[in-house]
Amino acid sequence: MKNLTESAANSDRAIESATPPVEHAPLGRELRVSPRPVQSRRRRIRESAVFWPLLALLLILLFDALYAPGFFKIGVQDGHLYGNLIDVVNDGAPLMLVAIGMTLVIATGGVDLSVGAVIAISAAMGAVLINPALGNKLITNDILTKDATNTPLPIIVLADLAAGTLCGLWNGFLVSRARIQPMVATLILMVAGRGIAQLITNGQIMTIYYTPYFWFGNGFILGLPVSIYIVAVVLILAWIGVRKTSIGLFIESVGLNSKSSYYSGINEPNVKLLAYTFCGFCGAIAGLILSSYVHSADANNIGLNYELDAILAVVMGGTLMSGGRFSLFASVLGALVIWTFTITVYTVGVPANALLAAKAVLVLAVIILYSDYMRRILNRLERKGRQSSRSRHDAP
Amino acid sequence: MSQAETRTMLTMKGITKSFPGVTALEDVDLTLRQGEVHALMGENGAGKSTLIKVLTGVEHLDHGTIALDGKPVQVRSPQHSQSLGISTVYQEVNLCTNISVAENIMLGREPRRFGAIHWRKMNELAKQALQRLDIYIDVTQPLGNYSLAIQQMVAIARSLEIAHAKILILDEPTSSLDTNETNLLFDVMRKLKSEGISIIFITHFLEQVYQIADRITVLRNGKLVGTYDAAVLPRIELVAKMLGRSVTDLDAMARVKAKSEQRQAKPIIEAKGLGRKGSLEPVDVALYGGEVLGVAGLLGSGRTEMAKLLFGVDTPDSGTLTVNNQPVKNFAPLESLKRGVALCPEDRKAEGIVGDLTIRENIILALQARFGWFKFLDKSRQNAIAQHYIELLNIVTPSPDQLVKNLSGGNQQKVILARWLATNPDALILDEPTRGIDVGTKAEIQRMVLQLAAAGKSIVFISSELEEVLRISQRIVVMRDHKKAAEYSGDVDDQMVMHTMAGNL
Amino acid sequence: MAQEMRMPSVRYSPALSNLAQRIKLLLLGNGPLLITIVIFLLAYFVGGQLYPAMQKPQVFFNLFINNGSLLLVSIGMTFVILTGGIDLSVGGMIALTSTASAALLKAGVSPYVVMPLMLGMGVVFGFAMGCIIHYLKVQPFIATLMGLFFARGVAYLISLSSVTITDPFYKSLALTPLYIPFLKNVYVYIPTLVAPLMLLVAIYVTFFTRFGRTIYALGNNEQSALLMGLPVARTKIIAYSFSGLCSALAGIVFSISLLAGYGQFATGMELDAIASVVMGGTLLTGGVGNVIGTLFGVLIYGTIVSILQFNGTLSSWWTRIGVGILTLIFIGIQSLFYMRKRHG
Repeated sequence: MKNLTESAANSDRAIESATPPVEHAPLGRELRVSPRPVQSRRRRIRESAVFWPLLALLLILLFDALYAPGFFKIGVQDGHLYGNLIDVVNDGAPLMLVAIGMTLVIATGGVDLSVGAVIAISAAMGAVLINPALGNKLITNDILTKDATNTPLPIIVLADLAAGTLCGLWNGFLVSRARIQPMVATLILMVAGRGIAQLITNGQIMTIYYTPYFWFGNGFILGLPVSIYIVAVVLILAWIGVRKTSIGLFIESVGLNSKSSYYSGINEPNVKLLAYTFCGFCGAIAGLILSSYVHSADANNIGLNYELDAILAVVMGGTLMSGGRFSLFASVLGALVIWTFTITVYTVGVPANALLAAKAVLVLAVIILYSDYMRRILNRLERKGRQSSRSRHDAP
Repeated sequence: MSQAETRTMLTMKGITKSFPGVTALEDVDLTLRQGEVHALMGENGAGKSTLIKVLTGVEHLDHGTIALDGKPVQVRSPQHSQSLGISTVYQEVNLCTNISVAENIMLGREPRRFGAIHWRKMNELAKQALQRLDIYIDVTQPLGNYSLAIQQMVAIARSLEIAHAKILILDEPTSSLDTNETNLLFDVMRKLKSEGISIIFITHFLEQVYQIADRITVLRNGKLVGTYDAAVLPRIELVAKMLGRSVTDLDAMARVKAKSEQRQAKPIIEAKGLGRKGSLEPVDVALYGGEVLGVAGLLGSGRTEMAKLLFGVDTPDSGTLTVNNQPVKNFAPLESLKRGVALCPEDRKAEGIVGDLTIRENIILALQARFGWFKFLDKSRQNAIAQHYIELLNIVTPSPDQLVKNLSGGNQQKVILARWLATNPDALILDEPTRGIDVGTKAEIQRMVLQLAAAGKSIVFISSELEEVLRISQRIVVMRDHKKAAEYSGDVDDQMVMHTMAGNL
Repeated sequence: MAQEMRMPSVRYSPALSNLAQRIKLLLLGNGPLLITIVIFLLAYFVGGQLYPAMQKPQVFFNLFINNGSLLLVSIGMTFVILTGGIDLSVGGMIALTSTASAALLKAGVSPYVVMPLMLGMGVVFGFAMGCIIHYLKVQPFIATLMGLFFARGVAYLISLSSVTITDPFYKSLALTPLYIPFLKNVYVYIPTLVAPLMLLVAIYVTFFTRFGRTIYALGNNEQSALLMGLPVARTKIIAYSFSGLCSALAGIVFSISLLAGYGQFATGMELDAIASVVMGGTLLTGGVGNVIGTLFGVLIYGTIVSILQFNGTLSSWWTRIGVGILTLIFIGIQSLFYMRKRHG
């Protein structure tokens, strides 16, 4: 770095000495192109990423406080915390993980529709490796329901993660090397992936009886569910990965203008490859937690519609689907909003058959709030507010 | 072309338009006679585009009047302006490349038979519309199969057919055209003139203005400088009016040129037989530190292709490339960066800036790319570098956190330059660095190039403006039809270069 | 001078008098479609060789009987994809239509009222989504996703479990065979004809109406279409309304075929529709493709399902894998074609 500034300084001196004095247009002329003061816009961007999902969350919680006070009850049972809030966080963990991975993919200007299928594949992987009947010719009910595993747990976890990461690599390869449009590329795995999961489980819904496996989705550390620790660890590692290295900047740059990024020397294919691989990795962890939570791997239904929920969470977190600036934390908040909403709906007593319709209303609300139209109205309100406060100051 | 009793088709008087915090136009007048080509000129930020937006109903004026053929009008919307007979053809053409030429011309007024589109008639009408412009092409093929120049003709044909335009506004139509195509466009314009259609021609190209325009209106800082007869106004005075400077300043610039003794002995980049099928015939070229190598040639002659090969965006099929005595095996922008070669690409918007990132991020982008994923420049270091170049290149902005897309073209170009300068390259290739930029910033950039060369760097300066290339280069390579036609050093005049480009030498 | 300048333009005029040139242009322009047709014929041929029972003519017509809903939905989907958008709500609409129809019929409402009512509902639904997409500038993906949740959600609200249809009109439509002339004992049902008819309508619309051509223009470059003065808003919204109509129609056909209404009908059908449209040569970016290709895309899908049925041993989830692989191949072919075109 020192050399750079030095040599730059050297060339500066050379340039300065050769520069004849020139009149430049007054500052005011160029300021014209940026009428809005810069600071507030930056602040506005930073605010809005976390601001909106947080606001939504608070609104839902407010609603709960008024109409479902039981929502907030936290008790202690079997040595750990217990209650609706805990459920929200525990149930929502897989979605939060998928949202983290999906954020990076969407930020590069793409999308990963195969996440649900990746969850299924990862869950199937785990179930099949546990299956005590694997390799046995004679399968009795005793063997099938035995609380034992055919493969050591660490290997299972590794295999799960590897399977998901491989799926992510595949998607990443299709997008970054074969140059296939992301929606189409990941659509393939979305369609074929569940078939592959079925292949792994041989078409059966596999129930898992191995109790140590249940720890991921049902265990507790210091009273809090294990899954939330996993989410926290992944979130922190991901944040360090994107903000303490140049990866975050490159992802944003690639998402905003992939050609210019390439000309600037950014290895655009690798950036995209990384994003999709990481998304697959997150899907794998989510699959692990989910299958552990429900004690089974149903290749058809596990993780169903997760990709759609994840995209919704990322959009709520302020990331544009066309790519660009992103906030991991805001996406996680978005996932929390979705899940809090779901549990609220259950708690309030809305019948099960109305949940999907209620969710549609949530999506509609997100759509309207995040629309351009809304943004314009809010800007206008803000400008009016600033003007009136200024006039208050200027008034004689 | 008797100007005796020409009517005034358009009178704009006292046009004033402000945006929050900005006065874009102040008391501007413009008149347009029937059958004239009227050039509208001014630096970036002078108010040209705002004036046109007011005329075409994209923006509403605050004060002033517009009268068409003597009758006052209030232009409410783009649709309304079209119905009034005002049509605009933009640089990007704004047609749809996947449908046929005929559809692009006729869609919206297409002939029908029993409720269904009458294809044969539509094709026939489209053919006639193009014939009116002396263009003969197959109208059933998708528009995308044709070059940009032809697409512009189709856009003009549409304006005449659908909008029955009496006033045609051409916004920078020649920026991406080569000389042949430009002449084709001018022929069309002359034909339209003879039919009584008035044309407003917005451009930066001085030579073209004198080729085709009858009158010239110059704007500066939102105000009207004046309207002049092209036949009467000397070129140098026009430039001076646009800059708001006196004539002597410009002469001074023309003389700033590094001496050729400053050229270093060993070449920084050496290309031998470097070629790529379909884009460049094998070419030999050497770049030395301390000099500016100018590259002249028509659009499509292979200049940009050569630049891309030298920078590694494209991989060559043949020949060798040596940088600082090391042969190049890996062709990629990142690799070139590491070797100390940088390219400022031709298309600023698509290949240069990342509009939604801040100035700071744009400036350090290439440098960071060279450092890789893990050697991260933290915020304070980024700011230091950015601030340094903002001051050095005189980038006008209230803060380095401003989004680049909000800057004017000239400042955007400076940001891109800063990006490459920050990587401290040994060789810097500039592809059309002053295109679409106001004259003032152009001069600044040219000055900068000379100073960089004086500091020992090797600069390649590619430009369509011949006088610019001649003014600042010590050596000139002339490209023609995808190969290097000639190389000149020392004093060479524009006639020789133009003859080479035309293939006469 | 003018004479010389005309030279470049003459260069652009290909020798149309040459028949070979004309054929070459036709082939190049419609390459992906031709490949789709070839693959369909190939798949069908292979199926016939593997399972002789598949060579019976009834099998071909079964393709239309079994995939009528898919074809209808895919036609609507093609329109929407051509505009550069997407419609994820089609499966949900089928579920909603079937459930609502079943419930209404059970309550005694006449089928002559139910059917038009369902179609109207489909149009209104599509219209609403189109408005949200255009005026609120919401990404089609998100907006139609909401539509999917909403449609299926309301279907569940009506009834969580399956509702049987016992209406005699529906029954007669479902069970009355229409024999194909000149062929022995080969038949279809009345609802089977709906999809091919809609296809003809769609072909007419896309090739001979301003609305159809505007869809292509808008899918290529919305900004340009706007500046050309084309009615972009209206066209986009009508396209989504049309997709809603097709989905509702498909729902009616579906409920007739199964004589039931169920909220879990047609889960995942939107993916099958998208895959069919892509296989038919339509680009997801918009502006390229046509409904004829979609027909063959659906036929290919149906053929794969048929082959698997005839095999009998492989489970239905192999369909998913098979379709996935084929879509991949098609996309590969498409990108080859369009990459080459860009350079040439």
